[in-house]
Order: sequence, then structure tokens, then C-alpha cells
Amino acid sequence: MRQLVIVSGKGGTGKTTVAGAFIALAWRSICVDADVDAPNLHLLLHPKLLEEEEFQGAKIVVKDEEKCTECGKCEEYCRFQAIKDLKIDPFRCEGCGVCVYVCPEGALKLEDEVTGYTMLSRTRYGPFSHARLKIGAEASGKLVTQVRKNIERFTYQEELVIIDGCPGIGCPVIASISGTDLALAVTEPSVSGLHDLQRILGVTRHFGIKSLVCINKYDLCPEMSEEIEDYCTREGVEMVGKIPFDPEVLEVVRQERPLEDLLETKAGKAIEGIWETVKNHLFPV
Amino acid sequence: MRIAISATGRDLDSRLDSRFGRCPYFLVGDPETLEFEAVANPGASAGGGAGVKAAQELVDRGVQVVITGQCGPNAYDVLEAAGIKIFQAPEETLRRVLELYREGKLAQLNGPGSAKQGLKGWGSQ
Amino acid sequence: MIITVLSGKGGTGKTTVAVNLALSLAEEGHRVLLLDADVEEPNAGLYLDLVVEETFSVDVLMPKVDESLCTYCGKCAEFCQFNALAVIGEHVLVFSELCHGCGGCSLVCPVEAIREVPRLVGTIEKGRAGSLKFWSGRMKVGEALAVPVTRKLKEGLAELKDEFIVIIDAPPGSSCPVVEAVRGSDYALLVTEPTPFGKHDFEIALGLVRDMEFPHGVIINRSGDDDKLIEDYCREQDVPVLLKIPFSPRLAALGARGIPFSKVIPYWRDKFRQVYRKIKESCRCASW
Repeated sequence: MRQLVIVSGKGGTGKTTVAGAFIALAWRSICVDADVDAPNLHLLLHPKLLEEEEFQGAKIVVKDEEKCTECGKCEEYCRFQAIKDLKIDPFRCEGCGVCVYVCPEGALKLEDEVTGYTMLSRTRYGPFSHARLKIGAEASGKLVTQVRKNIERFTYQEELVIIDGCPGIGCPVIASISGTDLALAVTEPSVSGLHDLQRILGVTRHFGIKSLVCINKYDLCPEMSEEIEDYCTREGVEMVGKIPFDPEVLEVVRQERPLEDLLETKAGKAIEGIWETVKNHLFPV
Repeated sequence: MRIAISATGRDLDSRLDSRFGRCPYFLVGDPETLEFEAVANPGASAGGGAGVKAAQELVDRGVQVVITGQCGPNAYDVLEAAGIKIFQAPEETLRRVLELYREGKLAQLNGPGSAKQGLKGWGSQ
Repeated sequence: MIITVLSGKGGTGKTTVAVNLALSLAEEGHRVLLLDADVEEPNAGLYLDLVVEETFSVDVLMPKVDESLCTYCGKCAEFCQFNALAVIGEHVLVFSELCHGCGGCSLVCPVEAIREVPRLVGTIEKGRAGSLKFWSGRMKVGEALAVPVTRKLKEGLAELKDEFIVIIDAPPGSSCPVVEAVRGSDYALLVTEPTPFGKHDFEIALGLVRDMEFPHGVIINRSGDDDKLIEDYCREQDVPVLLKIPFSPRLAALGARGIPFSKVIPYWRDKFRQVYRKIKESCRCASW
């Protein structure tokens, strides 16, 4: 089984659209939405939900008010400013347990916290593992790891896993690319697109994952597209294609038409060309 | 000789789980007498550092050989520091894996495997 | 006054809005501080003629074990919720990338064999672009901890908020780094785009600012034929639409080359100033 992850560094470059088109082109694959913070792939796949489960992604400290003598030791020792005026701030608590240790009254303890929900669904294109993170929750990296692990619960014949990654370069991104066979970075022709491409390629290189690049909406700024191509040449990263700006793509999504219609668009045709190259990298003959 | 195998279930008829840090169980015991006990892997539910947690557990249990599919860099460091040998095996039943081991047909891992490893570091933030 | 610009989805134009708003107000004579808190992908600086005046490093502490004192009792490894330590025979292994810097290991060590040393997780730059003051945080590539960088970046903000209009460019999404960025703000300015993706993620971001009880409003970027998608939802949810920025090849091309469009088109300068006045108005209402 091979695993392909679509990444972007910068958000809004069209990562999910490319992932969706790939899923339609692969026809049968295991689909994973690793962007648990702002999941969008389900808007393209129209999944039928099979299972939903609570996800305990973090530990959080809880206080027994009866036992608390308000000595303030917890506040003094917490490195994360998660206790203020003796109140626990769940957004800031990292679940390290230091306050539990220093409390002389045993008034604090660590408990598992539900930070999101994992979902398993069926789609026309194959099984689909996805999730949603609770607002302001922590540990989305762990949730990403869980979403990727959940595909093992399917009995499947598919040979390919297509993962829609998440933007950025932090913990969830690392969790979404680790152990994959290939990363395709989708960028856009802008100064920020190039800047973030450089950072995400730094991450894939750091973790030893082979990466390819494509430019979405390349015609919106041909000069910047050229600059990105030059950058890739200098860095020795293979540029596998350029996708034109095409409002028709959003029409397909908006009207909830099947993914196959995406392939009929001008942008879809370009993605098809990219897919051929990506496929050869994943399954060399 | 105590060995540990990463497993999907609790007995020798279950299969090898190729993930070291996140497998649900380890079967720990003697490959000659086939006396094994199932140990729940504390790494399976860890936020981050699953491989470290799992490896620490096996070190504490005095294991000398680990048989698994892939082993991430953090877990590898821990096992190596403890002088534990790591062998790689396919996802077969544990009985079959043990046969292969006794016949000397398993390859020894001399570095962290990359294909299914957890993260170099953070599984969570 | 602190205004945080945020969006559930990346790439909606959050940075574009933050930069144009900051420049328009600075040019009008306000004292403005623009803070780029998208520490994973700090981009606001790309749109400014920046002079960096100071650079700081952001460290978190990690354990260093003095093996001449250590009895290898294993208490540190047992305590660590993040599994950043392992005790193997007469070795202690420290996995710095797993460490959150809570200090628990050194607290529980019975023989005081653990001291803490700094580990670099990011950098902070402070500088200016003309009269605009600019601070930005940058997480080190290969790192996982964004929050310590954001927290350090926001140090000292409380003293400035009365003299300055502070505009914070938050990271996308709704997880903990976003919460850290928006914390302490007077107003949350949401940016979205009229697409199904944009609307979906806008709903998430709106949930966040409502949970945290910030006065808020929205700017629709790349506005066009599908605005109804967002506008109907805003009406339903009683969220004011403060501005619509149309999709136009000219604006897109300026943005792509790193030129804030309000710098070249005075019309937009006025528009952003109006947005600020609306924000000020609703903050005043909120404080009553």
C-alpha cells in the first residue's frame, strides 16, 4: 500500500480540490482528510457516515473545590499560565501534571479530555476517514495520527491512500506527512505562496519525504509562477504541473455535483496530467 | 531469552502488528517453550512519544529481542540503548513469525525503519 | 485597542486584510502596531518594506540530566506525560522534540540531578515599515510548538494597547494557536470567501469567537456572484458584514506580487478606514 499526502504550507491554495480530483481519478482509494482543524474534503466526497467516535486527545486538569485550600502552589508552578486566580484555563492547560504533583491537598487530578470526533464513512470512491477537532482544542497532531490509523479498520483492497493534509508546518502537518511515500505540495503564484512552499519543503526534507510541486491558478500571476519554477529547479524539486484558474471548479462544488464533473473542467484536465506523473512516482513500473 | 512481538491480539494465533509504538499488545515470552503473556502496550494510548513509552515498557520487562514491522527513530534509540536486538517480520500469525525467527529467517534492523514510523518526535502537541 | 483578524480557512485573505487595514490607519496618522501571529507561516512582512530593528529567540526549557548524580530511579520518565524521557539501565535518554518544557521531571527528581536548559523553538522580529510598527513571530522549521512563540510575541502588548491600534494577523483554523493569538483582543475581524469551503470554515471560526465572546464582524473577500451564500448566513446569525472586496484580476495581481492594494488605490484606503470606524463603534457599544 502506498500513501500520498497533499500539502500546501499556505492555506487556500487548492489542496483539497487537487486531492478530490485525484480521488476521482484513482477511482478506488482510501481517502483521508487530515485537515482536522478545518476539514473540507467531505464537501467534495458526499460521504455516508458509518461510525462516529469521541476522541480523547489530551489530558486536562480538574479540581476538587472541596479539597482546595487556595494555597496557590498550582499557579506558581504552572509554566503555561493555565491557572489564573486559582481558575483552570482549559485552553491553556497542556495536561503536564505539574500542578497535580505540587498540590499538597490532592485537590487536582488529570482526566482525559474529549478534543474531537473521528468519523468513518463510505463514499463512491472508497472508504473515508475524517474527523473534526473541537473549537480551541489541542493535540490535533494526535487526532491526525488517529484519523490515519483508523483506515486500518476498513477491510479493503485499495492500494493507495490519498491524504488531504493541513496547512502550516506545525504538529498536525508533521503528523499528516510522517511515514507517507510521497508528498505533493500545491502552491499558488504569490510571494506568500512561494514563501510557504519553501517552509513546507523544509519540513518534508527534514522528515525525509520525497516531494513534488504543482502550481494552482498559475495564470493569475505568470511572473510569480516563473519564479516558483526557478526556485524548484534550483532546489532540485520536480515541478509536475500547472493548473489554470477556473471558476467552474467552485461551481461543481457549490452545486454538489459528483467529483467526475470536476475532471471535465479546464483545471480538472490539468490535474489529470499531474496525476499521471504522480502515479508514476508512486507505482514505478 | 525473553522476546517481545508487536501483536494485533492477545495470543499466538493473532497477527503481528507492523507498528511498534502503537500496536495494541506485545506478546512477551520464551520462543523455545512458547510460553507467552500478553502485555497491553502503554504507548497505544499515549499522546506523543508512543514509541518511547512502548520501548520503555519492554526494557523494564527485561526483554532482549523485539520482533516488529517498523520501528521509529525514538523507539529505536531506546531499544538500542538497552542493547535489545530488533528483528523485522511480515504481518503473519505469531506462530509463523516465531518459526521464521527460530529458523533465522528474520532480518535484523540496524536503524529506524521509515515506512510506517510514527513521527520523529511529537505525535501530539 | 486590539483587533485580531482571523479566518477558519487558510488563504481567504486574512493577511491581505490585516496589512491593508494597518497601512490605511497608519497613513491616516494613527499609531499602529501590526502583529503577525501566524507563526507557522508568517507572511505579513512580505507585503511591507520592512526594517528589522530587533531579533529575539524563543526558547522553551528542556531537561539536562547530570549522570554523576542520577540514580536511574526512573521517576522522571514515569512522570512525563509527553514521554520525552526514557531511563534505560544506566542511561537517561531525552527526546527534546517531545518535551513541552513543563519542568515536572526536575521537580520529581529525588536527587536534583535534572536541571533545565533552553531549546530554541522560534524567533521574534520587531521593526517598522514607515510609521507602522511591526512585530512577527516565526516558528523554527521542523518544530511542533507554535504556542510558546505566540505567547512570547504578545508579551508587552498590554502596555501598548492604549496608545496603539494593534492589529493581529492570526493563524488559520480554530485550534490552540488561534486561541492564543486572539486572546485579550477587543474585536475579532473575520475574513471569509463566498465558496462552500469558505462558508464551512467561517462557521467554525464564528463558533470560536462566540465561545470566547468577542465582538465580531466579517469581511467577504473575493466577493462576486455567490455572496448570498455568506450574506444569508450572516443575516441569519446576526453577524455584520463590514466590507466586501471583489475578486478582480488587478487586486489579485497586486497581492501576488506583494503589493498591498490600499497603497496604490486610495479608494481602498478609505474603505479600510471606514471598517475601523465601524469596529470602534461596535466596541464602544459592547463596553456599555
